[in-house]
Amino acid sequence: MTWFILRRCGAAVIVLLLGSVLIFLGVRALPGDPALVMAGEDASPALVAAIREEYGLDRPLPVQYVEYLRQTLSGNLGRSTQDQLPVATILAERLPVTLELTALAMLVAVTVGVLAGIVAAVRRGRAADYVATGFGLAGLSIPHFWLGLLAILLFSVTLRWLPASGYVPFTEDPVGNLQRMLLPTLVLGMGFAAVLMRQTRSAMLSALSADYVRTARSKGLPERAVVGVHALRNSLTTVVTVLGLQLGALISGAVVTEQIFVIPGFGKLTVDAVLTRNYPVIQAVVLVTVTAYVVINLLVDIVYAFLNPRIRLSGASHG
Amino acid sequence: MSLLDITDLTVGFDTEDGHVHAVKEVSLSLEEGEILALCGESGCGKTVTAMSVPRLLPPRTTRLTGSIRLDGRELTTLPEPQMRQVRGKEVSVVFQEPMTSLNPSFTVGFQIAEVLRRHENLSRGAARRRAVELLELVGIPAPAQRIKEYPHQLSGGMRQRVMIAIAVACSPRVLIADEPTTALDVTIQAGVLDVFRDLRDRLGTAIILITHDLGVVADIADRAVIMYAGRAAEQAPVEELFARPLHPYTLGLMKALPAAAVAAGPGGRRRLAEIPGMVPSPLADPAECAFHARCPSGQDDCLAARPSLVRHGPAHLAACFHPARSGEQP
Amino acid sequence: MADPMTVSVGAIRVGSPAERRRRLWRRFRRRPMPMAGLVLVAGFLLLALVGPLVTGDPIIQDYAATLAPPSAAHPMGTDDLGRDVLARIASGARVSLQAGVLSTLLAMVAGIPIGLLAGFYRRWLDPLVGRLVDVTLAFPFLVFAVGLAAIIGPSLTGVVLALGFAQLPAVIRITRGEVLAIKEMDYVSAAIADGAADGHILLRYVLPNCAGPLIVQATVAIPTAIIGEATLSFLGLGVQPPTPSWGVMLTVAQQYLDVAPWLAIWPGLLIALATLGFNLLGDGLRDVLDPRSGL
Repeated sequence: MTWFILRRCGAAVIVLLLGSVLIFLGVRALPGDPALVMAGEDASPALVAAIREEYGLDRPLPVQYVEYLRQTLSGNLGRSTQDQLPVATILAERLPVTLELTALAMLVAVTVGVLAGIVAAVRRGRAADYVATGFGLAGLSIPHFWLGLLAILLFSVTLRWLPASGYVPFTEDPVGNLQRMLLPTLVLGMGFAAVLMRQTRSAMLSALSADYVRTARSKGLPERAVVGVHALRNSLTTVVTVLGLQLGALISGAVVTEQIFVIPGFGKLTVDAVLTRNYPVIQAVVLVTVTAYVVINLLVDIVYAFLNPRIRLSGASHG
Repeated sequence: MSLLDITDLTVGFDTEDGHVHAVKEVSLSLEEGEILALCGESGCGKTVTAMSVPRLLPPRTTRLTGSIRLDGRELTTLPEPQMRQVRGKEVSVVFQEPMTSLNPSFTVGFQIAEVLRRHENLSRGAARRRAVELLELVGIPAPAQRIKEYPHQLSGGMRQRVMIAIAVACSPRVLIADEPTTALDVTIQAGVLDVFRDLRDRLGTAIILITHDLGVVADIADRAVIMYAGRAAEQAPVEELFARPLHPYTLGLMKALPAAAVAAGPGGRRRLAEIPGMVPSPLADPAECAFHARCPSGQDDCLAARPSLVRHGPAHLAACFHPARSGEQP
Repeated sequence: MADPMTVSVGAIRVGSPAERRRRLWRRFRRRPMPMAGLVLVAGFLLLALVGPLVTGDPIIQDYAATLAPPSAAHPMGTDDLGRDVLARIASGARVSLQAGVLSTLLAMVAGIPIGLLAGFYRRWLDPLVGRLVDVTLAFPFLVFAVGLAAIIGPSLTGVVLALGFAQLPAVIRITRGEVLAIKEMDYVSAAIADGAADGHILLRYVLPNCAGPLIVQATVAIPTAIIGEATLSFLGLGVQPPTPSWGVMLTVAQQYLDVAPWLAIWPGLLIALATLGFNLLGDGLRDVLDPRSGL
């Protein structure tokens, strides 16, 4: 097991390094003088010169890369071309907002999706299954941002129950924070609940038709133990894998959701940065996203191994 | 009254391609301590017949009529909660696939203890101790270590022994073993059969052995029912059956089998050889002899009506208008 | 329990290929959901291919009739610049279809050969491709899109490239998996033993067998790409105005949510229906091709 975790960590570090090379080259691939790119189009010549000096942009690429890596690891992510604030400071401000949104949405998705998936599989072909399957298809087919617009149209414009947009930090006004996060959380969570529901249902159906479930029934175990212990335990590995695979979509979904509900999070930062060609910020958000993605996938792999005795005991890799 | 009485059992399944007739009007009985073999090609209905007893067929698509009585108690209409008291306790099953029939996510010990805690109300510790004893009983070395292991750490033969340990944990009245040796190496087969024999001798368990291996039948069974296309074709004590087969299908099975293999027992294992022709579609059930198309002694009357089981000896039944003359050797 | 299973699963395997196809079609046709999906997809294709020819100019502005509700002249109303929403919906369908089909084609054209070769030359090529797929998966789709939009500027080309690239790992994995499965089959190992050329085996045996799973994959990829295009365009990272895209239309709609809600209804509804159609179709195909998957 230790060996397995170490190997996975090693692989993650390699992927991160490759990712950083790609990001580094991506910025250099932009047309024009990278110092000008990083300083912003309206920057003073002095600032451009300072940035060229700071990043050693006149030196060979490998030297530049090592310097970039050194700066990044020491927390220096450059300065935003919009307001000259350190990118690290901006991230520190924006990331918690997005973390709250995605964590709450995940909570909704896992609770609703896994439960609905189990119920649908157990009640296959009956009313509950049709309701859950319909919900799954709808969730898969309706884009987040349209659902968000509809939610605003209904709850904010027509019914005037909830504020349409804005953000208050939880520490300042917990009730106001949750009030404003409710719609975005549900909108983001429901789409993933649908995906999770479909995968859970599918995994449960195949588990329920597995030989070991027949064995469990032949022991005279009550249905709740057959489903809740024998079938569920083996479906969990699928659910965990899907959670990992859906992470990229969750990040994309958060970006869109923040845009609709005007939440000043990481996603809105990303979109604004692209639209204003704020390259230091783009570079940083891509790096953060990739890092988050790799780290969470690593965690998923480890949880997967814990759930699967075959991997836990042998240290063999899966997939 | 026998320990188990199956009367006029008919089982069908609703599938997308139509209604499948799996078992038709099968009647058989099982005495205490008896080992009864159900034999036939795959799809002949032997597994469905046996799995009807603990009601392990998919409930929503299965159409079942007839009567199944255990000690006089009707099982087909027993409410599900009571049926769960029967499963694993009075009737238990050893499945065909030792590789997939154990849950890969739980230790062997947990899976044995589970059935004990369910039916015998044993504490966690007591169930674990009993699980070790059971593993010893089925001949697994170092049982105290083995109960902590997961199925994938055991060989196929070991897993099948674990399955048997689970099945016999609560000393069932009836044990159903579905092709218990098919997936195993020849050398391991003999050992598994010995475990069954030992159980019968020690606990008086009655065993329904589903197999298509006549070698196994000859080796261990007291009585055999030969099934063809969902119906019983012939039924007789094993010695009588091998000495004087009546149904052309039984005869065909045996002719395709070197005599030595029958005598050699499980070591000389032979699969039922193919008889030319196709098994009729299970989607239709015409009123004729289902074996007619493949039968060497078939005549016109075989198409006019379906032969029913007729008594040819004290315990010897066959469903054929033109049975082999007595004394004809296979 | 094994017996009824063999009956229903076995029923697919028997018979000639043509007979098998007929049986699959019969199974498919009997189900209402996939048929509904087929109708929705056909409607979407019709809208995208024929719609723009009959609905008029999606760009022409009419300042006398801005934000007009649905009427006889404008069945879906007009937008903030007085443009006919129906005409824009029809043109938007074309953009959607382009994004969905082109990105999927791109992924297939690039992914199938890689998957075939990786599955066939397991010793040296497979590990390399595996690493590359891992690294590709490490970049969430949006990162590609953001990166591409930053480098080449927001455009449909960028959207198609990003969406196609995002699908690549799935195509490679499916093809590779099929190759590994098919190589084990008797007739293929026999062909290999007979010394048939690798290229011949790949084209003659392996590729035709990948068709089923890849078609199912396409029914997943196209709706994903349709939503992806709409999402990127909505964010301003995709198709640029005045080109009508359902996503761009929703960006505008967001600003007039309280005065012209129909602007938000139509494009979203169309995206949802087109996507639903492909999803229903895909579920149906998967169901028919593999009755036990149950998804």
